[in-house]
Amino acid sequence: MTTMEHTLGASIARLESRAKVTGTARYAAEYVTDDALYAWPVPAGIARGEITAVHTEAAMTDPAVVVVLTHQNAPRLHPVEDRTLTLLQSSHIAHRGQYIALAVATSLEAARSAAGAVLVQYKADHHDVVLAEDHPGLYMPEEIDGLWPGTREHGDFDTVYATAEIRTDAVYTTPPMHNHPMEPHAATALWDGDALTVYDSNQGSVTVQHTLAQLFGIDAGQVRVVSEHVGGGFGSKGTARPHVVLAAMAARVVGRPVKLAVPRNHMPAVVGHRAPTIQRIRIGAGRDGCIQALAHEVVTCTSMVGRFVEAAALPSRVMYIAPNSRTAHRVTRLDIPAPSWMRAPGECPGMFALESAIDELAYVCGIDPVELRIRNDPQVEPDSGLPFSSRHLTECLREGARRFGWHERDPSPGTRYEGRLLIGSGVAASMYPVVILPSRAEVRADPDGHYWVRVNATDIGTGARTVLAQIAADALTAPLGYVHISIGSTDLPEAPLAGGSSGTASWGWAVHNACVRLRGLIEHSGGSVPAGGLSVSADTTEDVKSGQEYARCAFGAQFAEVQVDTDTAEVRLRRLTGVFAAGRILNARTARSQFIGGMTMGLSMALMEGSTMDPEFGDYAERDFASYHVAVCADVPAIEAHWIDEEDPHLNPMHSKGIGEIGIVGTAAAVANAVHHATGVRVRTLPIRPDTLLPHFA
Amino acid sequence: MRLTFRVNGRQQQADDVWEGESLLYVLRERLGLPGSKNACEQGECGSCTVRLDGLLVCSCLVAAGQAQGRDVVTVEGLASQAKKRADGRSGGADGRTGKAGTDLQPLSPIQQAFIDAGAVQCGFCTPGMLVAADELLERNASPTDADIREALSGNLCRCTGYQTILAAVRLAAARGTADTAGTADTAGTGG
Repeated sequence: MTTMEHTLGASIARLESRAKVTGTARYAAEYVTDDALYAWPVPAGIARGEITAVHTEAAMTDPAVVVVLTHQNAPRLHPVEDRTLTLLQSSHIAHRGQYIALAVATSLEAARSAAGAVLVQYKADHHDVVLAEDHPGLYMPEEIDGLWPGTREHGDFDTVYATAEIRTDAVYTTPPMHNHPMEPHAATALWDGDALTVYDSNQGSVTVQHTLAQLFGIDAGQVRVVSEHVGGGFGSKGTARPHVVLAAMAARVVGRPVKLAVPRNHMPAVVGHRAPTIQRIRIGAGRDGCIQALAHEVVTCTSMVGRFVEAAALPSRVMYIAPNSRTAHRVTRLDIPAPSWMRAPGECPGMFALESAIDELAYVCGIDPVELRIRNDPQVEPDSGLPFSSRHLTECLREGARRFGWHERDPSPGTRYEGRLLIGSGVAASMYPVVILPSRAEVRADPDGHYWVRVNATDIGTGARTVLAQIAADALTAPLGYVHISIGSTDLPEAPLAGGSSGTASWGWAVHNACVRLRGLIEHSGGSVPAGGLSVSADTTEDVKSGQEYARCAFGAQFAEVQVDTDTAEVRLRRLTGVFAAGRILNARTARSQFIGGMTMGLSMALMEGSTMDPEFGDYAERDFASYHVAVCADVPAIEAHWIDEEDPHLNPMHSKGIGEIGIVGTAAAVANAVHHATGVRVRTLPIRPDTLLPHFA
Repeated sequence: MRLTFRVNGRQQQADDVWEGESLLYVLRERLGLPGSKNACEQGECGSCTVRLDGLLVCSCLVAAGQAQGRDVVTVEGLASQAKKRADGRSGGADGRTGKAGTDLQPLSPIQQAFIDAGAVQCGFCTPGMLVAADELLERNASPTDADIREALSGNLCRCTGYQTILAAVRLAAARGTADTAGTADTAGTGG
C-alpha cells in the first residue's frame, strides 16, 4: 500500500468537476425516465382566506393536460410537523403564493398554460403581513427551534447600563432575504406499486425520505431519494419542500413519472426565506471600552404555518465579555410565507447588528475597533460559562489587520476623498458554532487495493465528495485514486443533512472511524485483503456526544474597503479580506472557495439583497433576479480569505470546524462600518443602496 | 413544426415542436442535452447560455422556431468545438489519457481551467459560465480582469464569489492557444 501523507489538507480538485464542466452531471429534473409528465403549480392569489370554488374545465381542454390536482381531488396526506407540506388538503389559505393546485401535462408548456387557466374563487379574510416593533402579536418564545432559550439574562443589565460611563443605544434592521440557490427546487418522482423513488434537490435526503413516507403513509424503506448533484441550497433545501411532495402526489395519481421544477418567481413564497429583523442593541461600557452591560433584543416574525424563528441574538451570548446581559427574542405570527434557514440563520443578521454596535461603541470611546474587540474577548463563553475548545478571534483580528494594512488607517470618518469618491474601511468579527450530528458510513476494501466508501452525504456545492474521499484516503493511508466514494442516495448508510456547517465533521467522522477500523482489520490479516474483501461500518451516535464540556465555535475577522460616490451615493466594495480560525482546513482549494463564497453573499446582503413585503397583496415584491439583486462578477472586487492554523482536539478526528456559513457572518457589518468611515453616515438598515445614503449628501 | 438545426456540429431534428417553446426546452427535454440549465426562465441568470450562430444567447429567451436552420453550441459541445479550433491550427490534436487507464475525452481549455482553478462548486451556473467564458476568449485572447468581469456579469453564481471563476479564465488565457483541448488530466491530481 502506498502511503500518501498529505491527502488531508491538500488542495485537491473536486472529484465531480469533470461531470459538471461537461454538462453530464445530472440534477433532480434531469433524470431520463420513460413517459415522464411535467407539473406546474398554481399559487394562491390571496394572503388569507378560503377557496370557495376551483374551475379546472378550461385548463383541461388541452388534450396534453392529464390532470389538474386541487384540494378537492388530491390524494389525502397524513399529517406531518411541517404544515407547509400538507399540500392540497384543504380550502384554507395561509399565505399568498401557497400552492393550491397542480397542473400535470405531457409538456412543460402545456402544464404551465393549464396552471394559468385554473380559475379559483376565494373568500378573502383580512390579512396581517407587516412586521412592526410594536406589533400586537409579539410574544417571547421560551425556546427557539427547540434548541435555544428565547431569553437569557445575566447580572443586572438595567442598573449597570443606567450608570455606565458610556452608553450606546441603536436599532438595526435587516430585510427579508431569499436563498435563491442557482438550481430551483426540483424533483422527479416515480412510483412502482407502493414504492416511491424521487430524484430530489435537497440538502439531506434522509429527512426527505422520512417525511415522504409519513405523508404517504408508507414505510420509509419504500421511499428512495436520490440527490446526487444539488445546485446549491443555502438552507432552503434543508428539509423536504413542497415541490417534492407535489411531484410524488402527482406521480401517484397519474401512474407515471412526474417532473416538477419550482419556477424562480415562486421560490420566495414556497421554499423558505430569511425573516426580517428589528434589533435593538444597548451597550454600557467604561471609557476604556470594556463592556459592562449588553442588551440585544430582537423582534422578528414567523408564519402561520411554521415555527421558525430567526435567532439573531445568539451571537451576543458568545462574542464578548458582558457581565450584565440580556439577549431576548420577540416574535409574531403573520400571514406570510414560512421563513426558514438561510445561510447562518441567526448569526448572520445578528452579527450585522452586534458588529455595527461594537463599531459605534469604538467610535464613542475613541478606541480602535480592532483593539476594542480584543479588550472584550472573553476567556469563557459569556452565556454558558464553558471554556472555549479553541478561540482565536484576537489572532484573526491581528492577522487580518496586518494583511489589510489596517494600522495605517486614519480613524476620522468622512475625510478621505478621491475626486468625488469618499473612501473608508471597516472591520467586523465573524462567528459560527460547531455542530456535529450522528452519522453512519461503510467502507469496503477489495483485494486489488481499491476502497469503496458509502455514506449518504449531500454535496450541495461544498466539495463534500472530495473532502470525504480525502478523509478516507488519509485514514486508510491509501492513494486518493484508489478511494471511490458514493454519496447522495438513501440506498447508502444514513447520514445527516448538509446544513449548520455540520456536514464534513459529521459524515467525515463516520468515514474516518470506518476507515481506521478497516485499516486495523487489514493489518490484522497480515496487511492484505482476503479474496472476499473486507468491510466495516461505523456509527458515530456515541462519539458525537464528546466535547460537550466546551463551547465550540469558529471565529473570524473581516476587513472591508469601500468607495462611496458623493453624487450618486453608490457604494462599491474595493476589497475584502477575511481571516478565519476554523480548526484544521481539510482542503485548501474548496475551503477558500467556501469562505469567499460566503463573504460574497455577505457583500451582496450589505449592498443589494432584500425584498419588500407588499402590505396589500401579502407577498414579496422582488421575486426574480431582475428585482432581487445578487452580486454579479462585476460587483465583486478582490476578495481574500485566509486562515490561521488552529489546533483543537475537542472537535472530531479531523480536528475541523464547519466553514460553510461563517464567511457570510459579519461581512455586512464590515461593509456598513466602512461606509460610516467613508462618509460619517451610520447606516443601520440593510441593504445600503443609494436611496439610503443620498439624503445625507444633500 | 418540425425543427431542424445543428447542435454541437450534429444535425438534429425535433417534431411537433411548438414554435413558441424555448430553445432551452428543446435542448433539455427533446434532445436530451440537459447541460444548459433552467434557473430563471427570463434571461437574468445566464445558466442557459448557448451560442446561436456564434452569438451568445440565453436559450430560455430564444423561441424554438428561431433556431431553425441555425447552429447551436452548448456546454456539451465545448470540448469538440475547442478540438476543432485546435485541429484547425495544428492539423490534429492529441488527446491524452486520463487517470486509472480510463480513456477520457479531451476537454476544452476553459473547461480544464475551471477544474484546475476550482471554479466549480454546485455546478449549476457552470455550463452557462463556461460557454460565456469560451466566447470571451475566442474574441479576446488576453482579457483584462475588467473585461472578464464585464463579460461574465450576465452569469450569476451563488457559490463561488466569482474569484475562482476569474482565476480560471485568466488561467485559460495564460495557457493560450498552445495548450489546446488535448489536456485531459482530471480531478484527483490537481495541485
